[in-house]
Amino acid sequence: MVGNEQFLSKDYKYGFTTNIEVDELPKGLNEDIIKAISKKKGEPEFMLNFRLSVFEKWKTMAEPHWADFDYNPIDYQNLKYYSAPKKKDGPKSMDEVDPELLDTFEKLGVPIHERARLAGVAIDAVFDSVSVATTHQELLSKHGVIFCPISEAVKKHPELVQKYLGTVVPPTDNFFASLNSAVFSDGSFVYIPKNVRCPMDLSTYFRINASETGQFERTLIIADEGSYVSYIEGCTAPMRDENQLHAAVVELIALKDAEIKYSTVQNWYAGDKNGVGGIYNFVTKRGKCAGSGAKISWTQVEAGSALTWKYPSVILQGDNSIGEFYSVALTNNYMKADTGTKMIHIGKNTRSRIISKGISAEYSTNTYRGLVRIAPSAENARNYSQCDSLLVGDKCSANTFPYLEVKNSSATLEHEATTSKISTDQIFYLNSRGLSTESAISLLINGFCKEVFKELPLEFSVEAVRLLEMRLEGSIG
Amino acid sequence: MLTIKDISASVDGKEILKGINLTIKAGEVHVIMGPNGSGKSTLSKVVAGHPDYQITNGEIVYDINFKKKNLLDMEPDVRAKEGIFMGFQYPVEIPSVSNEEFLRAAFNEICKYQGVEDMDPLDFQDFLKEKMDFLGMGEKFINRELNVGFSGGEKKRNEILQMAVLSPKISFLDETDSGLDVDALRVVGEGINKLKRRDNAIILITHYHRLLDYVKPDFVHVMYDGKIVKTGEESLAYDIEKNGYDSIIKESQN
Repeated sequence: MVGNEQFLSKDYKYGFTTNIEVDELPKGLNEDIIKAISKKKGEPEFMLNFRLSVFEKWKTMAEPHWADFDYNPIDYQNLKYYSAPKKKDGPKSMDEVDPELLDTFEKLGVPIHERARLAGVAIDAVFDSVSVATTHQELLSKHGVIFCPISEAVKKHPELVQKYLGTVVPPTDNFFASLNSAVFSDGSFVYIPKNVRCPMDLSTYFRINASETGQFERTLIIADEGSYVSYIEGCTAPMRDENQLHAAVVELIALKDAEIKYSTVQNWYAGDKNGVGGIYNFVTKRGKCAGSGAKISWTQVEAGSALTWKYPSVILQGDNSIGEFYSVALTNNYMKADTGTKMIHIGKNTRSRIISKGISAEYSTNTYRGLVRIAPSAENARNYSQCDSLLVGDKCSANTFPYLEVKNSSATLEHEATTSKISTDQIFYLNSRGLSTESAISLLINGFCKEVFKELPLEFSVEAVRLLEMRLEGSIG
Repeated sequence: MLTIKDISASVDGKEILKGINLTIKAGEVHVIMGPNGSGKSTLSKVVAGHPDYQITNGEIVYDINFKKKNLLDMEPDVRAKEGIFMGFQYPVEIPSVSNEEFLRAAFNEICKYQGVEDMDPLDFQDFLKEKMDFLGMGEKFINRELNVGFSGGEKKRNEILQMAVLSPKISFLDETDSGLDVDALRVVGEGINKLKRRDNAIILITHYHRLLDYVKPDFVHVMYDGKIVKTGEESLAYDIEKNGYDSIIKESQN
């Protein structure tokens, strides 16, 4: 079909690199590196001990390979674990942030300048291993909301960090979570006090810039009783021929009657059309509805990364708590995604809802893998799962692996799954009614994903549709 | 309005159209008949720009607003925006997209192309209601997924509704009357007749004269083996229904 090349070339507009002086640690992973990271962060002793004890255990663990894909082995000794833009004492205000960095985030469409205060979203910008700027601090602190780099929280709010860090994702939960626990360098920390509705969306933007460097961010969000927060996460990386490792851990804790809404638009560099380069995205995200009536909702649009291994989950511990997972995962070229969720029902009358939309094109593989577990204690638990796959072309594949473990017979579970295909006949039909191929795809994708998109914050859903269209343009016809 | 000059076209290397000539003027109704496999559907797909067909010879000139345009140079969506419409023999099912949503998107994209202001969802609903009333159609299928689970009759009625909404200049209706019961045929037939205007043209591809009880043709063409072998008036359609194609085909081969 005409115009494919042109669409493909605009495929990834975030692929540039920023030239900036960096402060980095040499390649390799050992106790000294971990001590050096901790020292650079000026961490209290409990944090260093946490890291070192996890590292001991990590050394005995094996990389998991049960996902539905193969990849080049990762040499953990050939990676850098810390790379940060050079700075003196850390910026006190936006005026002191390196203009090169401000430019970078500006180019990415992430406003962290002073004037960004108008944007109505507070942003924490993470560049490689460190947070470089967090906006809207003043207004947030008026409401008692803490939104800061986790490295800062470790120092300023050690009691909160110590109380909650590693309580949802135990340090030895899995190989990648352990690696993260040992070497994480930054990420965001959020605390919403009792009965506070966070006055604006909070957002963290992750940017990988340095080469041969892993990014290990750590996010911890605590919503105290009766509070509410909507948190948005975005990610991009430069185009490079080598694969880069990103292994994040996100922990959410919702206490009694609290609600956390966590939205992600993941657009890491996915490699070129021959499958060279791209981010290996091994992420552990989990939330715990610790109190009764709590609610955690994950919404994700996964459009990037060469590999995605990610299962944002909810532990429904409190009675009457609610867990939701809304996902659109798009794979193109040689991308491989194995993603889904786990809903662990423990409390009575707990409810969960899973809506997963997988779109695969070209030679890619797109797998939904999900678990719904109803514990013996979970009286009257309910789950609804819907997993739809959309195929573009006939070289890609889509799989659905829904696992169920039901230990309480009062549970109600519903599962629906469909597979459909965008055909040239559909495109021609829409063309023949005056819709350009671009509009036709937009209509089809929007229709297919609408149950997920309506869960995204408005400005994000527009972005998400554009992103998916761009990723797909070259693949139809 | 539309001049098809010596068009030959093939699919996967197999020649289907072998030099078609056809001139269509504003206000005219043409009927194309012919045995299965004679190339009738191909002709309408070639006019609409289906990507599976390669044009090996000839040209199609579209004469609109005193400008001559080469239709074959245009992408299928641009042809539609310029006023070419094809009613599908087998309308395609589009899951997850509601019929109304689709119609509005198409209508607004055409408005944008023609430099007319587009319509917001509420105004469009009124507009759609008006078109349906005009055609004497219920609105049952308007909120359903586009063509998904539609009966044969609903699909064909929906094609006519699309034609009414998009208001094309030239409409090729490919066997829009096949597979319809008597009542559906009446709705479709009367619908087409109502959409006939002095400034547009309709080309009906059909096997039966029964549609012609509703829409009176100016010309009847018979296609055979990729060519138009005979052109006549309405009476030709009745002859064919009575006597079949054999004598016409034999005549053309002499």
